Amino acid sequence: MIEKADQIFVLLLHWLVGFLPASWQHVASTILCVATIVLLYPALFAIAVLLERKGLGRMQNRYGPNRVGPFGILQPVADGIKSLTKEDIVPFRADALVHFIAPLVLVVAVFMGFAVMPMGRNMVLVDMDASLLFFFAMGASTELSVFMAGWSSRNKYSLLGAMRAVAQMISYEVPLLLSSVVIVMMTGSLSLVKMVEAQNQYTWGLPHWYVFTPWGLAGFVMFVIASMAETNRSPFDLPEGESEIVAGYFTEYSGFKFALFFLGEYVGMFGIAGLGTTLFLGGWSAPLAALSVVPSWIWFFGKVMLWICFFIWVRGTLPRLRQDQLMNFAWKFVLPMTLVNLVVAALWRFMGEGLLRWIVCTAIVVVAYAAMGRVEMRRERLGPRSYRYAE
Amino acid sequence: MSFVFYVVAALTLAGALSAVLLKNLVHCALAVSIAFAGLALFFLQLDAEFVGFAQFLVYVGAVAILVVFAILLTRGSETPKKTEIFSRTWLTGLAVAGAIFAVPAWAVLQAAPWMIHTTEKPAVTVQEIGNALMGRYVLPLEIVALLLTAALIGAVIVAMHEKEGRNS
Repeated sequence: MIEKADQIFVLLLHWLVGFLPASWQHVASTILCVATIVLLYPALFAIAVLLERKGLGRMQNRYGPNRVGPFGILQPVADGIKSLTKEDIVPFRADALVHFIAPLVLVVAVFMGFAVMPMGRNMVLVDMDASLLFFFAMGASTELSVFMAGWSSRNKYSLLGAMRAVAQMISYEVPLLLSSVVIVMMTGSLSLVKMVEAQNQYTWGLPHWYVFTPWGLAGFVMFVIASMAETNRSPFDLPEGESEIVAGYFTEYSGFKFALFFLGEYVGMFGIAGLGTTLFLGGWSAPLAALSVVPSWIWFFGKVMLWICFFIWVRGTLPRLRQDQLMNFAWKFVLPMTLVNLVVAALWRFMGEGLLRWIVCTAIVVVAYAAMGRVEMRRERLGPRSYRYAE
Repeated sequence: MSFVFYVVAALTLAGALSAVLLKNLVHCALAVSIAFAGLALFFLQLDAEFVGFAQFLVYVGAVAILVVFAILLTRGSETPKKTEIFSRTWLTGLAVAGAIFAVPAWAVLQAAPWMIHTTEKPAVTVQEIGNALMGRYVLPLEIVALLLTAALIGAVIVAMHEKEGRNS
């Protein structure tokens, strides 16, 4: 029974495909899986948007949407209908073709990442050797689409937003990759499935999640920071800073194309949250050995939604960074920390079992964190900012 | 040679050709990134996962962005008034292109039998590539790593210099 509940979607797929002749089964199961992914994440997107608007409203002492349906829960439906029926305006001087392609490239690229994501036991579309590399390769092409959107609009705010976004995504991609390299070093594989399997073990009923080790915790924190910047979430939402550049790279998009950007952003968030869950939080494995009876897919999606809630919480709490702070933080703090973390992970690997490696690795991480923070704070000249081009 | 091969080949060639023939420099940069992506797909078709993804990550994710940044920062994004496709120095260009083509072509012809007579596909896993990089080819890897680190530090120093100049 437990086994059946855990594998319900896999069994459902096999049952459905079983109606077809053997030669079609492979194609049909692939199409079914892809269709599920493409339908599931927009549905989650609707839930997440509602959660975000309600949650932010709560944090800011206001109601949030409360007119459509009971407690406003049908608001995403209304938003969807509105964006579908709205007029699509393309600026006269815009580069029509590039302007049209940009949102499509973004949405396709963010959906591709889910192909390798293990969403439950045996629930992965393509189990390939280099799936982590695949995820990052697909993530890299979103930068180009952001640039396309900003440049083709022929609007200086769009272009500024795109330049900010691309600079930010490139800068934070380095710590994002380097913080995941630690996991690759420990697992000895680039396959996300193997990473989850390595974490799906228990000692005294407690899981072997990588986040519960010194290097894992440091990598996790760096990964969370970099992932927030990578998805242009607050406090790193300079690319769409409303008070400065209207809406950044998608200023000139309206109607459904705007909705596609919105969707791309949220699905990208799910992707990065899913990846972080897989790398550090044990993917679909249960947080306690006793809880393994709960189906694995519930754990995966539960963790992803928790991650999204954390993003919303951070957005409601922290103010936006300035461009120079953003870059300094990436290159002078997060990047050195991830490099130190690589050394710590190597030490952990070669010191063997025992209490000693816990003490040494924790000490290195804590000392590096404290020292780097202090040096940076001392160098940071707090006070009125001097402007170079505007006085 | 499957149907997919021809589609990808057409896409790659179209991307590469339009990168050369289009007038607007940003369009050229976008077209060349299509060609890069097509090349990555070719690697994937040959079961070379690692190289394919690395090609995608490095060329589409970084090199194309770098090209685009260079174009925008140098104000090259405005379409030039001239409508000629061929520049005045096309003969020199042809000579350079021919020379660049000749060197790899010569290398390929000099290399061991260029038609490999095996039917079975070589299966190389990412793990084997990693072991080879860390074992047999560790010295070249370290040299490249050193070079890249030097470049990274150099970039930081170049960026720092300006800041200090402003203060003094």
